[in-house]
Amino acid sequence: MPTLTIDGQEITVEANTTVLQACEELGIEIPRFCYHDRLSIAGNCRMCLVEMEKSPKPIASCAMPVGEGMVIHTKSPVAEKARKGAMEFLLINHPLDCPICDQGGECDLQDQAVAYGRGGSRFDEHKRAVKDKYLGPLIATTMTRCIHCTRCIRFATEIAGVEELGATYRGEETEIGTYIEAALTSELSGNLVDVCPVGALTNQAYAFSARPWELRKTESIDVHDAVGSNIRIDCRGAEVMRILPRLHEDINEEWLSDRSRYAVDGLALQRLDQPYVRVDGKLKPASWDAAFAAIQARLNAMGEAKGERIAAIAGDMADVESMFALKELFTALGSRNLDCRQDGAKIGGKHRGGYLFNSTIAGIEDADALLLVGCNPRWEATLVNARIRKRWLAGGFPIAVIGGVASATVDLTYKYDYLGAGPATLAEVADGSHHFAGVLAAAERPMIVLGSGALARDDGAALLDLARRIAQDNGMLGGDWNGFNVLHRAASRVGGLDLGFLPGDGGRDVAGILDGAGKGEIDLVWLLGADEIDMTALGQAFVVYQGHHGDSGAHRADVILPGAAYTEKDATWVNTEGRAQIGRRAVFPPGDAREDWTILRAFSAVVEQPLPYDNLQQLRRHMAGEVPSLGAIDVVAAGDMGAFGMAGSVSAEPIVSPVGDYYLANAVCRASAVMAECSQLYTSAGGAGRAGGATGTDG
Amino acid sequence: MKRVPAPPEQQPGNFAFTPENLALAKQHIAKYPPRRQASAVMPLLDLAQRQHQNWLPRAAMDAVAEMLEMPRIRVYEVATFYSMYNLAPVGENFVQVCTTTPCWLRGSDDVVGACKAKLGIDFGETTVDGKFTLIEVECLGACVNAPMMQINDDYYEDLTADSAKAVLEALANGEKPKVGPQNGRHASEPAGGPTTLHAYTGDG
Repeated sequence: MPTLTIDGQEITVEANTTVLQACEELGIEIPRFCYHDRLSIAGNCRMCLVEMEKSPKPIASCAMPVGEGMVIHTKSPVAEKARKGAMEFLLINHPLDCPICDQGGECDLQDQAVAYGRGGSRFDEHKRAVKDKYLGPLIATTMTRCIHCTRCIRFATEIAGVEELGATYRGEETEIGTYIEAALTSELSGNLVDVCPVGALTNQAYAFSARPWELRKTESIDVHDAVGSNIRIDCRGAEVMRILPRLHEDINEEWLSDRSRYAVDGLALQRLDQPYVRVDGKLKPASWDAAFAAIQARLNAMGEAKGERIAAIAGDMADVESMFALKELFTALGSRNLDCRQDGAKIGGKHRGGYLFNSTIAGIEDADALLLVGCNPRWEATLVNARIRKRWLAGGFPIAVIGGVASATVDLTYKYDYLGAGPATLAEVADGSHHFAGVLAAAERPMIVLGSGALARDDGAALLDLARRIAQDNGMLGGDWNGFNVLHRAASRVGGLDLGFLPGDGGRDVAGILDGAGKGEIDLVWLLGADEIDMTALGQAFVVYQGHHGDSGAHRADVILPGAAYTEKDATWVNTEGRAQIGRRAVFPPGDAREDWTILRAFSAVVEQPLPYDNLQQLRRHMAGEVPSLGAIDVVAAGDMGAFGMAGSVSAEPIVSPVGDYYLANAVCRASAVMAECSQLYTSAGGAGRAGGATGTDG
Repeated sequence: MKRVPAPPEQQPGNFAFTPENLALAKQHIAKYPPRRQASAVMPLLDLAQRQHQNWLPRAAMDAVAEMLEMPRIRVYEVATFYSMYNLAPVGENFVQVCTTTPCWLRGSDDVVGACKAKLGIDFGETTVDGKFTLIEVECLGACVNAPMMQINDDYYEDLTADSAKAVLEALANGEKPKVGPQNGRHASEPAGGPTTLHAYTGDG
């Protein structure tokens, strides 16, 4: 533990920290462009120069390891002069176009030029100009502004795992780009915009639409997948302008997947902004009262045994509060036909450990062997995949894959052993006859990750049982380590399972509801944002669609109740780890749309079964009383393990990932023009962007 | 001068090493420890360039990347960084005239003028018959025989406007001019013939 002196203050730090990190520990800010604490050290911008006694020249603090007895001056004339020099060189070729640059107002170069820049330029020669590059539909480039910090190259290489960016040519002619004009094939490409310290890489979808100081910032939670990434929603007036990641070390670090960031335009399109009632086969605008009356009339027509004849299905983006209210409403109406598993996953039950990502996302970094079953984490949970890659880069982390990806050529951004496509291979690992079983047995903290592709099958319960046995037999459940993991895709799923939004005794699950609707045994189906079920199977049933986008559910609906999207409500979601997090309202729902739990509360009064809460606080208190884990925010409680899954025979069918198209996974994405463009480019048959081909499903 | 890559229509669709070059490539790779095969990228690019009329098409870079199991962009970075790799077609005789200070002091301007006049092209251009490409380069390390030019792998040194023209003339006629100093001296021996300290009188 070396001790050094910085600006007269003594500090003792871990060996191998850098001078810059030591300065930060003391709260001394060192300007930097190329240094980024999650990327490797480049040391090429020279902005972090500090004076070190006994050194003939200033040192780059980001790249200099601390040494015993070092004496550092960060504010001395030598350091100041060195930084001013570095800044002058950086500005030589940087255009003076801040007024038309999207980075303006949140630009590192702009800010630091205020501190270290000269009043005017001494450079009389021509500035260099660089042709803009094409990096895909998500990133706008103005390469003349680039200062060659190489953060983007390092991000693409290290974090995103797509080695497609590089610095070609040299000296004055150096250019950052892909050399060959091609879109980046990463689902994390939006983060390049965040790491770029200047305006060279900016958000294409947000181009020229707002200035940072005009935006109202709301801290919230992402619901495009079950990771629960922390986000910041930037709005102007009633419009969501952009979404940025927010730091959460245990979940998304400081990254965000492209779907979560770029589907923003979908929030303003295809919106359901007033109630509709189907009259003579056509949806007609209606008042809330008329819409409720239509549903009530249908309920009344069923007579006494109506509980058996109604059913509710919750969709993938539903929040916990509205599912809770819907469950209470349906229970009050005497129905047990509830299901939150649109995909029909054979999961849920009283043992919470049986459906959680028990190792936790940050816990991946402590694991030492991994078996992925039936999932393509790159598409199902991009940031979990990034964490797996991070662990893999550290070395000593054998990864094996069973199903989920079509073949061993699919690029998951790390090397893996493709064991096989089907359950037979999983059974071999379970009975110890497969060579990878030995790897798991020898590992101290092995992990198994079961994807929703494996659970949403007829033999899902048997696969779950196999996975549990593998976990049990290989010491994954011992002591402080739980290596049994289920990777969910839907933000609503864990919350729904926690609530018990599941068929009651003798109740119908999704398949049963659809079957019953087709046979005329179910008269009314309430879809809470459920769009990913087979609408044609609903037969003659009366369909109430409560949701925010005019997607397949709304097209089939007989009554539409317009709800709020995730940016428009205060609500709770539980991520795949079982971590409850609160999203906050950034804007109001459009038109007559309302927050979802209030719609259900209002309807409960219409049918004279009023729910016992009048505001969100009351509802949450009520809910936490029934399900305490939903009241503990941002906490991961260890899930209890018990008997789950069911031993049974497995089919020989290969296990495929359910994500056909990463960019069109939910109703918000399907309404987004940006996502449509990405889908066209990256996933259509003729798409040139994606190396490595399709992902295992044909969508 | 920035080396602009050849446009797509000039790029061949694929590239493969000849059996002889493949054997050489494997020799180069074998020089490095296992899993450090990427270190062989420069000699392999050079081999590819020699095999392909003295320029590197993209297909060749891709082939090298695949052979060395490295991302393509890393090969592009190397190929564009070093000016010795030609990214676009060049003439049969690749004439590189040095104009760095020692050569310039010894009359490289005359040599450049003679080359331009003889070939009828400017720097960075190729003659219509495809026989010559002329470029200006920085020091090639033969200052003792300044001024000089390099044509393909050979140095032609101690040039004057006339001797430079003569070299080009011979090449144009398909002959092989004598490599090295063009003023008759051997290697970098003193221009006036061998001398010893016996002749050194100390006064002049």
